[in-house]
Amino acid sequence: MTDSSVGQISTWRAFTGTLKRDLLLVFRRRSDIVNPLLFFSIAVTLFPLGISPEPEFLSNIAAGVLWVCALLATLLSLDSLFQQDMADGSLEQLVISPHPLFILVLSKVLVHWLVTGLPLTLLAPLLAVMMFLPDEGFGTLFITLLLGTPTLSLIGAIGAALTVGLRKTGVLLTLLILPLYIPILIFGTGAVMATSNGMAVGGHLAILGAMFLIALVMAPLAAGAALKISLNG
Amino acid sequence: MHFDSFADFISMGGHGLYVWMAYGLTTVLLVINFVLPVMHKRQLVKEQARKMRREQQTP
Amino acid sequence: MMFETFRTWFHRMGSPKWFYDITGRWIPWFGGIAALCLLVGTVWGLFFAPQDYQQGNSFRIIYIHVPAAILAQSIFFTMAIAGGIGLIWKMKVADMVAKSCAPIGATMTFIALFTGAVWGKPTWGAWWVWDARLTSMLILLFLYFGVIALQSAFDSKQSAARASAILSLVGVVNIPIIKYSVEWWNTLHQPATFTLTEKPAMPMEMWMPLLVMVIGFYCFFATVLMMRTRNEILEREKRTQWVQGLLSSQ
Repeated sequence: MTDSSVGQISTWRAFTGTLKRDLLLVFRRRSDIVNPLLFFSIAVTLFPLGISPEPEFLSNIAAGVLWVCALLATLLSLDSLFQQDMADGSLEQLVISPHPLFILVLSKVLVHWLVTGLPLTLLAPLLAVMMFLPDEGFGTLFITLLLGTPTLSLIGAIGAALTVGLRKTGVLLTLLILPLYIPILIFGTGAVMATSNGMAVGGHLAILGAMFLIALVMAPLAAGAALKISLNG
Repeated sequence: MHFDSFADFISMGGHGLYVWMAYGLTTVLLVINFVLPVMHKRQLVKEQARKMRREQQTP
Repeated sequence: MMFETFRTWFHRMGSPKWFYDITGRWIPWFGGIAALCLLVGTVWGLFFAPQDYQQGNSFRIIYIHVPAAILAQSIFFTMAIAGGIGLIWKMKVADMVAKSCAPIGATMTFIALFTGAVWGKPTWGAWWVWDARLTSMLILLFLYFGVIALQSAFDSKQSAARASAILSLVGVVNIPIIKYSVEWWNTLHQPATFTLTEKPAMPMEMWMPLLVMVIGFYCFFATVLMMRTRNEILEREKRTQWVQGLLSSQ
């Protein structure tokens, strides 16, 4: 790597450049934003239809249902994280670029969260009304999703990176990633339940925050290493 | 010796079904785990022998 | 000095031929100890150990449930460490060891799950209870399936080994987190049900056979791991002269 190739662009510019490019691409393909949201709404709708529309029952399971559906919606959107870039060859450019790969991965994950996690978090309170979530739970649900969905995107990036070179990825990706999502699900729903029962949630949020930080440090590194393997294979 | 008779041992104080089910399946799985690599090795040896014969036939 | 010895040993370990030869000498020993311990432990546990005052004779399932559960976790760690060594030092033998770990580990996890469920029936009155240990074993089984599925999804053996090494390292970081969150979740939802194996103090006569069984399970794992790795070596190195000579001489 000679200096002339690095000198012109700082790592920060590379980060924001990837960010802008990806946001622009998503903006042109709006279905990537809309589809997970539609899936989220439909999946939540299935529960009253499939089990019982009774308000008391629904308010009991509301937190769990919303969290599980948000998790699945994130999972289904992971395919798009690297797939497009793999197809048009820009992924290889990212990997051979002189900038640290984990910074670039981080910017892609950030875009993924901005177009799936964040909209899901914003939509969740609306669906929570339909699920008769107790009033106290709304704030906590929103905060836990806000803390939890970035972690989902980060961990998911590892799975997406591992499977990007393979022909059939859908079910495999789910198999790899879903078990790793379980702690987030437990503490996310645990926090909402705790508020509904009038208990303090500081501890839950702290643990969710800690998981986010661990994922923030480690997931981009693992995903970067996985991308290199996927491109070689 | 904890049990008075063989029948006593088999019945395990009414829990025989559970104890023997657990031990039975574990034995089967452990044996399978051991036999699989043995069979695999045999197959590898056989394949090699076949390959050698083929090479000898077409010099 | 110690370090130097270790380094030579480590380098030798990286040579498939050396590994094949040395494990060939080790297998009878490990296999013998495994067979002996498993036999002694089973007879001891089934015939001679006293029954539990609360659970009666169904307690005897502990002698396979606990060793299998311990092994299920240790094998995942072994797999991740071997995978990591393969990833960092590009050591082929380590890759093969990691690959051979996965099916054995999945079997052990399944044994722990099955025996736990069977044990649960007389203890709790149901085949399945969302007990903390059983639930984390179930998740561990999913993690194993993930590694095996990823392993078989790649065409190139090298990529398969590296990808599953990364996945098992990520899994290892997650196992304690999963374990603690499941335990926390369990206390939240079912307060004060007693767990299967956490006794205040197990008497010596109950504890000794368990120890023998744990040793037996470890040696069994070592034996099967070496056998599987040796097969893997034969398959991957089949174009080399020493493997061809070795196979045709048998």
